[in-house]
Amino acid sequence: MHARRITPGSIFVYGTLAVLAILFLMPAYMALVTALKFPADITLPTAWELPAKFNWSSFSDAIDLLKPNFVNSMILTISATALSTVLGSLNGYVFSKWKFRGSEVLFTLFLFGMFIPYQVILIPLFQTLRAMNLYGGLPGLILAHVVYGLPITSLIFRNFYAQIPTALIESGRLDGAGFFSIYTRIVFPLSVPGFVVTSLWQFTQVWNEFLWGICLTRHADNPITVGLAQLAGGQAVSWNLPMAGSIMAAIPVLAIYIFLGRYFIRGLLAGSVKE
Amino acid sequence: MREASLDRLKAFLTLLPSIVLVGVFVYGFIGNTVWISLTDWGGSGSLAVDPQKNYVGLANYAELFTGFLAGGFRQDLVNAVFYSVMLLAGAIGLGMFIAILLDRKPKGEDVLRTIFLYPMSLSFIVSGTIWRWLLAPQGGVNILPTYVGLDPLTFEWTSSTKAVLEFNWQNLFQIMLYVAAFILILVGLWAFRNDPRKALKRWLGPGIVIGAFAWLGGSILPQALFMEETHGFNLATLGIIMATVWQYAGYTMALYLAGFNGISQDLRDAAMLDGASEVAYYRHVAIPMLKPITISAVIILSHISLKMFDIIFAMTGPDNAQTGHPALNMYLTTFRANDFARGAAIAIVLFLVAAMFIVPYLVSQYRQRKRG
Repeated sequence: MHARRITPGSIFVYGTLAVLAILFLMPAYMALVTALKFPADITLPTAWELPAKFNWSSFSDAIDLLKPNFVNSMILTISATALSTVLGSLNGYVFSKWKFRGSEVLFTLFLFGMFIPYQVILIPLFQTLRAMNLYGGLPGLILAHVVYGLPITSLIFRNFYAQIPTALIESGRLDGAGFFSIYTRIVFPLSVPGFVVTSLWQFTQVWNEFLWGICLTRHADNPITVGLAQLAGGQAVSWNLPMAGSIMAAIPVLAIYIFLGRYFIRGLLAGSVKE
Repeated sequence: MREASLDRLKAFLTLLPSIVLVGVFVYGFIGNTVWISLTDWGGSGSLAVDPQKNYVGLANYAELFTGFLAGGFRQDLVNAVFYSVMLLAGAIGLGMFIAILLDRKPKGEDVLRTIFLYPMSLSFIVSGTIWRWLLAPQGGVNILPTYVGLDPLTFEWTSSTKAVLEFNWQNLFQIMLYVAAFILILVGLWAFRNDPRKALKRWLGPGIVIGAFAWLGGSILPQALFMEETHGFNLATLGIIMATVWQYAGYTMALYLAGFNGISQDLRDAAMLDGASEVAYYRHVAIPMLKPITISAVIILSHISLKMFDIIFAMTGPDNAQTGHPALNMYLTTFRANDFARGAAIAIVLFLVAAMFIVPYLVSQYRQRKRG
């Protein structure tokens, strides 16, 4: 370890990091002070200043306006996350421990689905959901999120299960355990971190999604991102409301990130770096 | 033995529903979109349960690239190129810089890492809404200099109508050759020090030939359009690029930081004992070792730049011509104008651009898994 001394180098490092940290926090600061002002007190020249009087009603107004969207997003996110995580776990189990001829090719074909621009499947998805009578509501949106979540959840679980020694699986087989009992008795109990990483990742992805929300749901079933875009989209907006709405839409994912950041980063790395 | 094969069957049957879903929803749907893009589905009656579709060949694509009225789409394509290049340069440059600073393990590293990464957890709609307010012409970012005694900025971050690097779309082929030559020569100069002969043969030589051909023989190249049409780098996109870099710099930081931590302390100490400076350590040891991470970052960020639908929607609305993107154009064409065939053609163009990056990446990953 280096001894900690004050050198020009360390002054440069700390100074630069401090400036960058302030720049990165500026948007959060601006959202908070604007949300806490009264509409009449929001002017461009004083945008950075702290509010003279706190206006907590911005938040209750935003909650009133966005509550249905918030509830929709909760239902959507929890169902889609649960389903795609369970399927991803089973797929990852097969892809890592029950490889068959062509399973690597199949896995690569799965991964491709993670990288397509979703515009390319939007029109058939729209038509299919209409034909299935699922267009406009939450079940159709959940279906879309589950299907297009399969590549990433399968990838994370496959890499996770690759770390379980094959000898453990073999000894299970010698004890007479089959495909499903190996999963329930050996693999699943070891999967808790995998489930945490995958479901946090899926939760943030589904919560933050916008394109399908705006294209595939009717007004009453809009998720929070669509509700926020509509709240902020008007021309003569008083900015305290969109800012309070932004904070409201950010809180669930920000809470995950701040309290469970370790797992969030593992999900983020799993999507790009090989184990 | 029989039980083992029964288990194999069970494994396959467990996977089967997912195979069917991915097969239909990814590959089937892409095929369907290709077919739609070759029809004339659109206009009145297009929302009928079984709308009328007639095969028209490549007419939709021809219209997008050469049609009189599709200049907006062509500008969107130019915007998409600049969005991608600027996001890649900004997020990788800034992310790597922060990672190098944090790799010195300053006090409070955990807190700092959290601060640099939190934007990544937010929805593009949330960050777009906040940045729209931050970039208001007479407020936000523009009045920050007044707090240190300077004049306020007057730049219109998202509503400027100025453009730089303007070019005539008619000369598109010539310009593409120039760009190719420029990149080849740049790579060649980079590789020259290690292996001059290979650099000359593989990169510099072809680069110079292509560049010379574009310069001397540019006039014999066909014109890409029948009329003059000016496109360029719209300055109104700068605000959106800045917001996106803010959001994704932390992502590349996390990737590089994980990579730096994976390099053993022994290797680092050895480099330092050899008299390498900090700069030389990163330049010649750490960053070259993390080439796979750089490749991943390029792939993921270029993928994100093709999907910048949400943040542009939130910052300037979906139909702002200055800041347009093919992804937004596809949405407007399909769901506002009900021109499904044209929307499908735009989606396929986007898809082909994305596939150019992704397919080689996935193939090389597949080969690595086979070896490993």
